[in-house]
Amino acid sequence: MTTVLEVRGLVKHFPVRSRGVIKRRVGDVHAVCGVSFDLAEQETLGLVGESGCGKTTTARLLLNLIPATAGSVHYGGRDLLKLSRSQMRPLRRDLQIVFQDPFASLDPRMTVAELIAEPLRIHSLFETKKVRELMRQVGLNPEHANRFPHEFSGGQRQRIGIARALALRPKVLLLDEPVSALDVSIRAGVINLLADLQESLGLSYIFVSHDLSVIRHVADRVAVMYLGKIVELAPTDALFNRAAHPYTQALISAIPVPDPHKERERRRIILAGDVPSPVDPPSGCRFRTRCPKFATLTAQEKQRCVNDVPALQDRGQGHPSACHYAEAVRML
Amino acid sequence: MTSLLEVENLRVDFPTEDGVITAVRGVSYTLERGEALGIVGESGSGKSVTSLAILGLLPRTARVSGSVRFEGSELLGRSDNELSSYRGRHIAMIFQDPLASLNPVYTIGDQIIEAVLAHRDVGKDAARRRALELLDIVGIPHAAQRMHNYPHEMSGGMKQRVVIAIAMANDPDVIIADEPTTALDVTVQAQVLEALEAAREATGAALVLITHDLGVIAGHADRLCVMYAGRLVEQGTVEEVFYTPRMPYTLGLLGSLPRIDARTHERLTPIVGAPPSLLDLPSGCPFRPRCPLAQPICAAEEPALFGVGKGHSAACHFHEKLINAAAREIFQ
Repeated sequence: MTTVLEVRGLVKHFPVRSRGVIKRRVGDVHAVCGVSFDLAEQETLGLVGESGCGKTTTARLLLNLIPATAGSVHYGGRDLLKLSRSQMRPLRRDLQIVFQDPFASLDPRMTVAELIAEPLRIHSLFETKKVRELMRQVGLNPEHANRFPHEFSGGQRQRIGIARALALRPKVLLLDEPVSALDVSIRAGVINLLADLQESLGLSYIFVSHDLSVIRHVADRVAVMYLGKIVELAPTDALFNRAAHPYTQALISAIPVPDPHKERERRRIILAGDVPSPVDPPSGCRFRTRCPKFATLTAQEKQRCVNDVPALQDRGQGHPSACHYAEAVRML
Repeated sequence: MTSLLEVENLRVDFPTEDGVITAVRGVSYTLERGEALGIVGESGSGKSVTSLAILGLLPRTARVSGSVRFEGSELLGRSDNELSSYRGRHIAMIFQDPLASLNPVYTIGDQIIEAVLAHRDVGKDAARRRALELLDIVGIPHAAQRMHNYPHEMSGGMKQRVVIAIAMANDPDVIIADEPTTALDVTVQAQVLEALEAAREATGAALVLITHDLGVIAGHADRLCVMYAGRLVEQGTVEEVFYTPRMPYTLGLLGSLPRIDARTHERLTPIVGAPPSLLDLPSGCPFRPRCPLAQPICAAEEPALFGVGKGHSAACHFHEKLINAAAREIFQ
């Protein structure tokens, strides 16, 4: 399989400034710290983690929407992060994004037709026919082209967002929590639509979500993030059958299953405490402050977690994980 | 014997500029002592309004009719003062957003002590001891120090646990939890649900758990009410409703759910369309426009809750067609 996107050592620090007139830089939020992965053609890579783990920042860095502190994103033989805005513009046709909130991401004063036509006009590709075709493609009735976003339900609005992203025939689509704001009965339709579009248009997806059950349905491979780092990267089945990192295990165990018998028999791993502040992340392994495994180690073994940052590498589980004491566990 | 809480034919109307919105259209259920009842439904199904009406917490413009009896005595129509002696003491409520239910200018210790003193004639010291004990039950570490914290110094999960501590302060008979974990990450959700279980164990309270997450219901409820467009459309034990749903909406909801225990890339079965607007309900059964089983009778007559098993009822004219049916066969 050919690689479409090659991400290496991506870092993003946001400055924290003091209050007052002279806003001194007093520290950094370490939002993304050395994220590397590849995205293959027609593949869906799930980027999963909880609030503040850096998954959305990673997605925005990939599109060069915010400047990265370090790292590279190679697409079509070029490093996107080194390109200027004008050099980036033609490449934006290939790389598009769908945002989480379909209520906030659509201009309420534009009709659906105008909204979908907007990217086409910017790139001088506008044809009325194309707008109708796009509406049909995402399952909207082209007769509703003159309606405004508020006349549509959440699911339909998200379809408008998808049509906008598809308008320029992109190769890579970044989906930032595309179904999180939708009601359950509507979510399934949008997930199926995304799967159909990927197949018919040969798209590559980066699917950002906090919900592992959605990820299981859409992703080929999953990258689990914690405090700015990828802690485990595995093909979807392998992740659920041989979860190697204690955080992945806790995350999977915390997701409720809509089946009373199964749900009541499951073993839950309850994590202690809260996610540490990304301004001052723990030394060594960032998960050690909450890690159930860390608690069971001897003082000597613990030293390794405190001093050495665990690299993301295969430790005999068949896929890379960032835990010194990785051990595969079947979670389902 | 009278049940702990009996809701009978509850109806809530909101007059608005666009017309009267009937958010709840005749809801009846009973809650027994110590029981956990789940209420599920999508946005706008009336699940929150139902419970706000029970405690008399709706805005003045709302017109509430029907009957709500707590240990046999009627709550509807009582003055705010009279209801205050029930709130917190007999029926406690936990809301979705802990930031909105805690006062930002008081320490959490003061707020728990206030809750204890509201219904109990004990000294300040005894109240403080009780507050510490409560924080301990909900799993807040270093409770004595945490008492001096303000809400903004705590994470979302911590705050929600404080809210649970306040809810159980007076050993209530019923705890109504309205989407208690919706705003939280999954690993935090697991922590909070554990705190809620601990609170129930300590007080023996019955629980009304309102959520859109069927997985949470599967793990924590004994019985389940499914709401759609302001009415109950199915109720029964969780086993019956999850394994043998008899209302197409419930079946569709279960079929459209991405599940972590499903096979990877398994296709979901969406329900077409969106929930109806409460201003413009379809005639007859409100689910009719989305229902694959709809017949002329569904437009003519709104189905009542038919008994389909012991304690299991479903509001569908064709509930018999759903015996042993799979969502995939019915909806595609």
